[in-house]
Amino acid sequence: MEILATIWFVLIVVLWMGYLFLDGFDLGVGMMMPFLSRSERSKRVLLNSIGPVWEGNEVWLITAAGAMFAAFPHWYASLFSALYIPLTICLLALIFRAVAIEYRGKGHSERWKSFWTWALAVGSAGTAFCIGALLALTTIGLPLNGHGDMVGGPFAWMSWPALVGGLGGLGFSLAHGLIYLGLKTRGEVRARSRRWAGRIMLPAAIPFLIWFAYSITQRTWLVIPVLIAVAALIVAFFAVRAGAEKRAFILHGIFLIAGLVAVFAGAFPNVLPSTIDPANSLTIDAASSSDYTLNVMLIVTIVILPIIIAYQIFSYRMFLGRIAETHIPEAHRLPVAIHS
Amino acid sequence: MELDPVLIGRWQFGITTVYHFWMVPLTLGLGMLVAILQTIYHRTGNEVYLRAAKFFGKLFLINFIMGVATGLVQEFQFGMAWSEYSRFVGDVFGAPLALEALLAFFLESTFLGLWIFGWGRLPRAVHLGSLWLAVIGTWLSAYFIIVANSWMQHPVGVEMVDGRPVMTDVWAVLGNNTAIAAFTHTIFGALAVGGSFLLGISWYHLYHRRKDGIDTVGADGKVIVGSSKELPGRDKTDHTVWIKSLRIGAIVGVLAFAGVSITGDIQSKLMFEQQPMKMASAEAACHDGTQFSVLTIADPSSNDCDGVQNIFEIPGLLSFLANGDFDTPVHGVTTLLPEYQERYGTHIPDDPRYGEHAGEPVDYQPIMIVTYWGFRMMIGFGALAAGVCLIGLWLARKGTVPESKWLSRGFVLAITAPFLANSAGWIFTEMGRQPFVVAPNPAQLDGVFMYTQAALSPEVTPGMLLFSLISLASVYGILMVVELRLITKYVKGGVASAMPELDQTNTKPTITDNGDDVLSFAY
Ligand code: HDD
Ligand code: HEM
Ligand code: HEM
Repeated sequence: MEILATIWFVLIVVLWMGYLFLDGFDLGVGMMMPFLSRSERSKRVLLNSIGPVWEGNEVWLITAAGAMFAAFPHWYASLFSALYIPLTICLLALIFRAVAIEYRGKGHSERWKSFWTWALAVGSAGTAFCIGALLALTTIGLPLNGHGDMVGGPFAWMSWPALVGGLGGLGFSLAHGLIYLGLKTRGEVRARSRRWAGRIMLPAAIPFLIWFAYSITQRTWLVIPVLIAVAALIVAFFAVRAGAEKRAFILHGIFLIAGLVAVFAGAFPNVLPSTIDPANSLTIDAASSSDYTLNVMLIVTIVILPIIIAYQIFSYRMFLGRIAETHIPEAHRLPVAIHS
Repeated sequence: MELDPVLIGRWQFGITTVYHFWMVPLTLGLGMLVAILQTIYHRTGNEVYLRAAKFFGKLFLINFIMGVATGLVQEFQFGMAWSEYSRFVGDVFGAPLALEALLAFFLESTFLGLWIFGWGRLPRAVHLGSLWLAVIGTWLSAYFIIVANSWMQHPVGVEMVDGRPVMTDVWAVLGNNTAIAAFTHTIFGALAVGGSFLLGISWYHLYHRRKDGIDTVGADGKVIVGSSKELPGRDKTDHTVWIKSLRIGAIVGVLAFAGVSITGDIQSKLMFEQQPMKMASAEAACHDGTQFSVLTIADPSSNDCDGVQNIFEIPGLLSFLANGDFDTPVHGVTTLLPEYQERYGTHIPDDPRYGEHAGEPVDYQPIMIVTYWGFRMMIGFGALAAGVCLIGLWLARKGTVPESKWLSRGFVLAITAPFLANSAGWIFTEMGRQPFVVAPNPAQLDGVFMYTQAALSPEVTPGMLLFSLISLASVYGILMVVELRLITKYVKGGVASAMPELDQTNTKPTITDNGDDVLSFAY
């Protein structure tokens, strides 16, 4: 087993964890936009709770994909071409989500606002579903032929892991977003988010738990991280009920991280198992780049990732503090200096 | 009807990428200009520059987000549609993409968030620093992606192992002379866009100030600045904002054209060495010679030299572009074709990885109409934009613009010229590379190349490609309309659209209860 390739496998899992942990709550907040409250002001509280940070969070996704390309080109090529249709949908969802956040406040008609509210919600949900499905499929498997390509047509990826992973991605993001709102807001929005979080957290975690539990069939000792995930989830639930949002947020993150450790360790050394013939499975060795490339990228990553984390923390600290409806300025009607 | 998946795949990639590159040069060029404006404000405390920075900063953001949204598509596409390509080049091509994300995208996104929400909340120097870091991030991202692209144009720093290029020297890849020339060229092209943007919009406002009777001109033609009580933000300072922005934009536009000309000349010389067929095709040069074609017409139905007629040519100029002298003949297509066939073969190898294209004859000549006109449109629209900048400087020399509706329309329309030049440049570069997706490097790595036909994902069907082509293109089309409308709306609002405090007709924000600070900016 190549040690360098293994390190890169771990790093890529870390990047995906970072993505789900961070953008997960942005997606959840986005999904709640039409539902948490009718009032425009509280919708804007939601939007502004993620406003300054969501874009930096999204870059974890870009980096995860880019790092897969650099370190495991065959993994990137096989997985992304197999998921051509769902990823196209994912891209459309990501486009709508991004544009909605920036453009919603730039118009004033009811139609404009409600269009972008729904674009944000549907875009966030679509993204969460597709990314969850992608991760579940890459750990559980796709019908790959000997060349690493998916056979069976454009929809051959449709299988229980896609569903479980997709629903899991949805459920996790939703709960994560609600806990984040509890942590980040004040007043009415906070109270509602806490109530919702308490209600949906446990059922929303069921699909992910199925996926996590599957890893035990691969390696029995993975029962340990799975149990850690379950324990973290339960304690997080009680923390939400007790109003300790910060603790709940961190524990909900531990639930995710422990679970992802289990599923990726379960698949290891496969990065993408083949459901047709185990001999076709893509392993880290077969999928990886040369040692030279892995070394170069490793040096850069080791130097730069701590710096990135440092400045992202700096940015969170700059916007520390809870947001309430009273912070939201009056909507600014655009003036007209030029009539024509 | 038989649909060729490679053809649809290329259309799909081409459309999405050209679209992405409508947002990109504005981000690169305008971002830098906004950072400079805010820096001048920081240094001098002159409110004019604060206003300009806020106003253009708003437009920058409206555009930026579309760049982000469409860039994601680019990042995923290599794996989705071009998986064979990704497998072939991954060892060397993935690295700059990952570096771009790590070194550039994190920087740009995180600090842009700080800048957007940081007005009045961050210490002023930190706030300005955030903008600079974001802008540096966008420039770094351009550098890394062009390193990746230039490697496809001119592979370096690799060695073939088991039929695939494996990176042996990352510095050679990062320092590829093709990349350095293309990066500087692209940056100047982006500054041309930023400059024209400032010029066109400032002109529009100065014209409306005159039309509304706010500014008038005296007998000597010099401006007499006035102010208006009814129109939001139309005070005397407002005039200074626009005239300064106009001048800065026009000067940047002219200098940027000088920049693209110098770097473009360097690129041409490299290309004569590295991709001689591309350059011959760009010149519609069928036969060896020294003459540069100013006008050549061709029978569009054929892509061979029989249909080409050179109408007007300048002797010696082509040699000068290629070699720096006037009499070394430059090889034309008819000389180059047999050379290519001898080096790389006359047919695509009869190998299953080429799918239905295996064994087909290869046409080494790119589509001549596209390369020829692409090259000329790039230079032509670029020169047009620079010319407009010069005329603008001259016409506005007395402090305002003539009260002419048509001139104003013309200057606004001229904003599109550098965009078209940029698109033409890329289409030329990318289509001129055909039939290779990775063009061979004749001097050093002649064996490292890949035909475009071999690059597509084997199991991806024309239907799937069409699905993404149609859905993305329609969404892009709609979003383009939305973006343009928003930009227009904010432009018409004037500076007050980015600074509500300037709008006398605006009611003050109401603070509802316990005296909390209202956010100075919120979505
Ligand atoms: C010369 C510059 C240039 C070129 C050729 C490209 N891009 Fe780009 N890209 C940028 C310059 C840029 C930028 C200036 O950095 C953008 C544009 C607007 C923006 O927000 O950042 C950007 C955004 C952007 C994003 C979103 C970044 C974020 O979230 O902050 C991604 C993922 C990509 N690009 C990826 C690509 C890929 C894979 C390309 C190759 C086909 C590509 N871009 C061509
Ligand atoms: C943003 C500027 C760019 C534009 C406008 C652009 C434009 C195009 C166009 C028009 C095509 C289609 C060519 C054809 O069908 O003949 C194409 C193809 C392609 N380009 Fe680019 N390109 C850009 C940047 C890049 C970059 C930075 C990369 C790599 C990092 C890249 C990689 C490719 C690939 C892989 C193809 C598909 C294969 C092919 O058709 O040749 N392009 N591009
Ligand atoms: C005298 C003027 C110019 C010359 C001699 C020139 C030359 C060139 C050449 C030779 C290429 C192809 C490089 C390759 O295939 O590797 C190129 C590409 C390009 N040009 Fe120009 N150009 C000029 C003006 C402009 C202007 C005015 C713009 C935009 C405002 C522009 C934008 C581009 C872009 C975006 C590309 C594709 C990216 C790249 O390879 O850098 N060019 N140019």
